[in-house]
Amino acid sequence: MKGRVLCPFICLETNVISRLFFLLACLVIALPTQAQEGAAPSLKSIIAQNAPDIIKGSVRTAPPIIEALVDLDEPEALRFLSLWQEKSLWYRKADDQIFIAEEREDRTYELFDIATLAPVETLPKKQIKQIKPNSGLRALIDEALVISRLKNDDIAVRQEAVSSLSRLANEQHLAPLRAAIEVEPNQDLKAEMERLERFMTIQFGTSSEERVEAIQKASEDLSIETRANLNRIISSNIALRESVGDDANIARQVMPGEEDFSIEDAYQLLINNDLAEPIPTASERTQILIDNIGEGKVGQFTIHNLDTQKNRDAAYLALVAEGKAPFWSPGLSADILVEQFEFVEVYDEANAQVTAAAEAALKEIETRVAMSEFMDVLLDAISLASIYFLAAIGLAITFGVMRVINMAHGEFIMMGAYTGFVVQQFITNYTLSIIIAIPLAFAVTFLAGVALERLVIRHLYHRPLETLLATFGISIALQQLAKNIFGTQARPLTAPEWLDGALVINDVISISWIRIAIFGLSILFFVVLLFVLNKTRFGLETRAVTQNRQMAASMGINPNFINMLTFGLGSGIAGIAGVAIGLYAKVTSEMGSDYIVQSFMTVVVGGVGNIFGTLAGAVMIGFLQKGIEWFNPANTLAAQTYMIIFIIIFIQFRPRGIIALKGRAAGD
Amino acid sequence: MQGPLTQFLMKNPSVLIFLGLLSAFTMFAAIGSEAFGIGFISTSMIKTLGKTLCFCLIAIAMDLVWGYCGILSLGHFAFFGLGGYMIGMWLMYERTRLIVENSMANAALPPTPEEIQEAIGTQIFGVVGGAEIPVIWSFAHSLPIQLAFVVLVPGLLALIFGWLAFRSRVTGVYLSILTQAMTLALALYLFQNDSGLRGNNGLSGLQNIPGLDHVPQSHISLYFLLASAFALGLGFVIAKLIVENKMGNVIMGIRDNEARVRFLGYHVETYKLFIFTLTAIMAAIAGAIYYPQAGIINPAEIAPIASIYLAVWVAIGGRGRIYGAVIGAALVSMLSSLFTGGQIPNIEWGPINIVWVDWWLVLLGVSFVAVTLYAPKGIGGLFDIIKLERNK
Repeated sequence: MKGRVLCPFICLETNVISRLFFLLACLVIALPTQAQEGAAPSLKSIIAQNAPDIIKGSVRTAPPIIEALVDLDEPEALRFLSLWQEKSLWYRKADDQIFIAEEREDRTYELFDIATLAPVETLPKKQIKQIKPNSGLRALIDEALVISRLKNDDIAVRQEAVSSLSRLANEQHLAPLRAAIEVEPNQDLKAEMERLERFMTIQFGTSSEERVEAIQKASEDLSIETRANLNRIISSNIALRESVGDDANIARQVMPGEEDFSIEDAYQLLINNDLAEPIPTASERTQILIDNIGEGKVGQFTIHNLDTQKNRDAAYLALVAEGKAPFWSPGLSADILVEQFEFVEVYDEANAQVTAAAEAALKEIETRVAMSEFMDVLLDAISLASIYFLAAIGLAITFGVMRVINMAHGEFIMMGAYTGFVVQQFITNYTLSIIIAIPLAFAVTFLAGVALERLVIRHLYHRPLETLLATFGISIALQQLAKNIFGTQARPLTAPEWLDGALVINDVISISWIRIAIFGLSILFFVVLLFVLNKTRFGLETRAVTQNRQMAASMGINPNFINMLTFGLGSGIAGIAGVAIGLYAKVTSEMGSDYIVQSFMTVVVGGVGNIFGTLAGAVMIGFLQKGIEWFNPANTLAAQTYMIIFIIIFIQFRPRGIIALKGRAAGD
Repeated sequence: MQGPLTQFLMKNPSVLIFLGLLSAFTMFAAIGSEAFGIGFISTSMIKTLGKTLCFCLIAIAMDLVWGYCGILSLGHFAFFGLGGYMIGMWLMYERTRLIVENSMANAALPPTPEEIQEAIGTQIFGVVGGAEIPVIWSFAHSLPIQLAFVVLVPGLLALIFGWLAFRSRVTGVYLSILTQAMTLALALYLFQNDSGLRGNNGLSGLQNIPGLDHVPQSHISLYFLLASAFALGLGFVIAKLIVENKMGNVIMGIRDNEARVRFLGYHVETYKLFIFTLTAIMAAIAGAIYYPQAGIINPAEIAPIASIYLAVWVAIGGRGRIYGAVIGAALVSMLSSLFTGGQIPNIEWGPINIVWVDWWLVLLGVSFVAVTLYAPKGIGGLFDIIKLERNK
């Protein structure tokens, strides 16, 4: 342990003995100034002895001073270094003593002691001078500071040092970083340091074996940082074959006209190598023609004839013949010229072993990233499917079981979301407010659904198309009503803290907790509804009414009452879905219409009158949409368009949906 | 000796009445207009009236397909919009070309055709970050071809969609949802910037007719009003010709009991497809006359909601009678522009303060529900009551 402390850069032990050892170690370093002193150096003594060098600030003389100051391992010394770097130090012209200065009135400066920060005196500006280290020296100081911070006792300082290193590292940082890893007690920070060390080894490692090994290790990491570091290794540019030496690290031969290397680029390379003359472009030629206009003519061509490219070319050739324009001929084209030359892609990195390893590692990472992305799309699709399922399941009950189309279903979703919003206005505890909002939203929309059924839909059972229109009337009225009450701006429905953030699986796959909660909720709904419809008296009666209303009525079931309850149930579920969707999206008066068409699609594609059908429909639509988006990620609008077209075609082949009812219940 | 036309008119006096009223209305508008008359009707009002006539025409189409044939199409506004886009392409291209040629006329060298093309492309598509003229604009320079497209493109879309849908016997609410999905898909497609139709910017400046810059808007608006009236009259006569013939009986039979008509040996799908396609073309023509008056078309216009409003107009006016559709469209669209335009005084009764701009849609929604519930025949039903009273 103590042997390690002898290393002149590192001191992580806090006990006195190790500190003493360290000071001894400092003395061992042959600093001429300290050797003269013969006693333990202090900040003051170092500065006093080196004042002329500090003031002059040359890159040649400064390193021993910086080293001595860092080795002091005192906060004051580090502060001195950063002040030096920030050009905040001043010296008194009379005796070259160094101070920190602060401007006061009348062009005077108050001087402070560098160690104690105690005020010393106030002097006019004439008597002091600022110390301005040049940029090379400032970089040196910065490097020294980073290293010293790496061995600081405070973890925050070390963390800060690591992150600043990751931005601007050079080969000199590698050794101290490796030493710091050895003794780093914090596991997280240690992992981060190791990663940084790997990147730095890849870049600055001394032997190619060392670098290749680091690259192979890095290929297990999917982070964007790793990929950026590896990409930096294989950065390349395209050059003329004859202009690069035989020892160049050549990636491959490139043909002009390939991706990323156009004929124009190739030609530009030839021009840069003095192998070709620039070809005047069409607009340049036109400009030359304009420059040569005289008395309504260019040469022998009158201007009004120059309205085709052919005539312009002829006029330009005439100018070339007269020597008034740069050479150009119609057959002159860049692609014939560039074909006579060979172009190669050359790595900036000279070591072929390293670039080959980096290429291989990147390829491996790419495969794994692609797999992770695929997983991510799958998760996204599941999440979208569960949102569609939530939005559609209420509709599946009202539309599927009762054959009643409810265009106001989206507005029930909206009502549920606004219920949640209103509850949050009164109850500020988000967890509690969500717990209250869910049953309340169910109650509100259940009542709204029952009212709608009793007042409107009951009278239209035999006119399904008119139900569609009447409920549409309700829908526009409700939407406008919400707009009048809550305004047009989006209202937030804040999720409780424990739903914040995301479940991160690796650098590519992550999924937010809200989406997981929505997924859980839709599974719950699915199970509960299955139970209610298949295992309860109410479910039995609902199914009976669905299958044969008259027969059910003659068995003593009150079909009107059952219909009312079913409609209320479907609407109530829409309300709960509204709370969930509100958490994930914003609450607006138009949020319902965003989901209504997709909900209908879900129900129709899945198959009417069947909860399994709705699940199948939601899964299919969710996966389809995400799948199409995967192929064309920039364009979600196109994805939706193609999905709808696909569904229209799908309906051709399975007009009754994925899971079709058979027999009498299918009806017509 | 009575020709078939005279016979038809004798049997259907409503055609003559309607055409008479329509001509009286256009005469009135012309006399009142700023262009030729005494000028108490402003140019913007003339445009509103012209646009309303176009709405009446698409309402007739909707009535044919829904009120008579029982297909609740929620996609006819898509055809309306497509018609508008087709004519809008020519209007925009030609006008841009004239502007570009004008501005290039003073250049040092006369422009080449390629330069003109490029300038037009930048002018039209610069807003969506392109300069190339998409393939679908290949014929935008030619008015006859674009006019043919007004009929052909929506007609073909309706034909293919209808064939697919009717062939697999999608009926009732399923069909409604499917047509709504088609409309949504089209609107979403057009919203993209790379759709070739300027994304959500749509086509604009359509009120400026290329080559007619010297004619004032007051005149142009009146010409368009006349064109709208003519198209509406023609549409009314065609609709009447269809529904008052044997074909009308068949399609009404399909509406009332599709299976029974099929068992009688009629090829139901063909009839439905014919009506669907024909009405789509009517809607497209209405759109092609409408958008030069509106001046701008964008994908938001063909969102599914617009087609539902169309159904609302027809339902309020009264389904299954052609004049009902006209009344509904005219009344509701005029009322809508009155209420949302702030021309109706707001009500302030103590704490109750009703601002019509905010409450019009609520009123429309509720009254629409009321009409569906209590007056399924719509406003047209009133005429039945009057007739009954007279016959007593």
